[in-house]
Amino acid sequence: MARKKTPEINATSTADIAFLLLIFFLVSTTMDVDSGLFRRLPPMPPEDMVQIPPVAKRNVLQVMVNKEDQLAVNSELMDISQLKAKAIEFILNKDNKPDLPSKKIKELPFFGQVEISNGIVSLQSDRGTSYKMYIAVQDELTAAYNEVRDMKAMEQWGKKYSELTEEQMDAVRKYIPTAISEAEPKNVGQKGGKK
Amino acid sequence: MAKFRKEGSKDVPAISTASLPDIVFMLLFFFMVSTTMREVTLMVNNGMPEARQFTKLEKKSLVSNIYIGKPKDQYIGIYGSEPRIQLNDKLSNVSEISTFVAAEQESRKEEDRNMITNNLKVDQFTKMGIVTDVKQELRKANSLRISYATRKKV
Repeated sequence: MARKKTPEINATSTADIAFLLLIFFLVSTTMDVDSGLFRRLPPMPPEDMVQIPPVAKRNVLQVMVNKEDQLAVNSELMDISQLKAKAIEFILNKDNKPDLPSKKIKELPFFGQVEISNGIVSLQSDRGTSYKMYIAVQDELTAAYNEVRDMKAMEQWGKKYSELTEEQMDAVRKYIPTAISEAEPKNVGQKGGKK
Repeated sequence: MAKFRKEGSKDVPAISTASLPDIVFMLLFFFMVSTTMREVTLMVNNGMPEARQFTKLEKKSLVSNIYIGKPKDQYIGIYGSEPRIQLNDKLSNVSEISTFVAAEQESRKEEDRNMITNNLKVDQFTKMGIVTDVKQELRKANSLRISYATRKKV
């Protein structure tokens, strides 16, 4: 008997099949990476908790945004472009002014003994504040913290904060801790945002 | 030289397409690895505000999305035009957030449960009221890591 060779399978259509799959994945998937401003909410205080001891006035930077999207820092109207400078001044308190945050001395790796600010930025918004404005304020405050961290990193290593190693970053974070408190909701505007 | 050349004109040989599937498969695998599936169909408007100081959310598997915004045009008839919360595939009330958080935690591994980040994708024209409600609800549910989703400002 004569042995017949198995005919070769035609493979020209594999390309078409693969193209089909490719197009399916192109359509049904997204490539965007989620990015945003990361925050940690304070835990809910237990019901039976005693009143929190009030923080000294000098240690709080009171940032308020009312329902007209107006910004007030320590009860003074302010434009958003000035907020960053004000926040940096508050965080650093270079000249140890009595109306700016007090500091505590702490031992940190890399830095040795340093003064850490006790300051807290308290951000208060109204129910009627627009989200856009709120994020703009959050962005400026984050920018202030990042700038101060960059400054400290520059002094210590001559590098930007983002270029440091993990341990160095951690030390800088402990030196300049992000203290933005998103206070309990309140109606700041006179007529309030309540509907 | 000339003696090696055959006399007469020759047809140009057809280009082999045998490697075409390989190339396409390469592309396919690239897209399969670098992209993620669209999880939900958005029912609310989602024009996120812009910011400069954003950070990237690293672990996609530990992110749970909460969308807030005005319902899209085709849903206005049913749901009205007030900003609403979208959890998974349906519009929900503030009170449903705690169930949502519990379900999200249930679907993750035990050791990852405290690491879930709630990605608040809020439309920029939303008022803070509803966002604050959601935040309070998240605090009650003890899911404290949040991220305000933003777009890159240029």
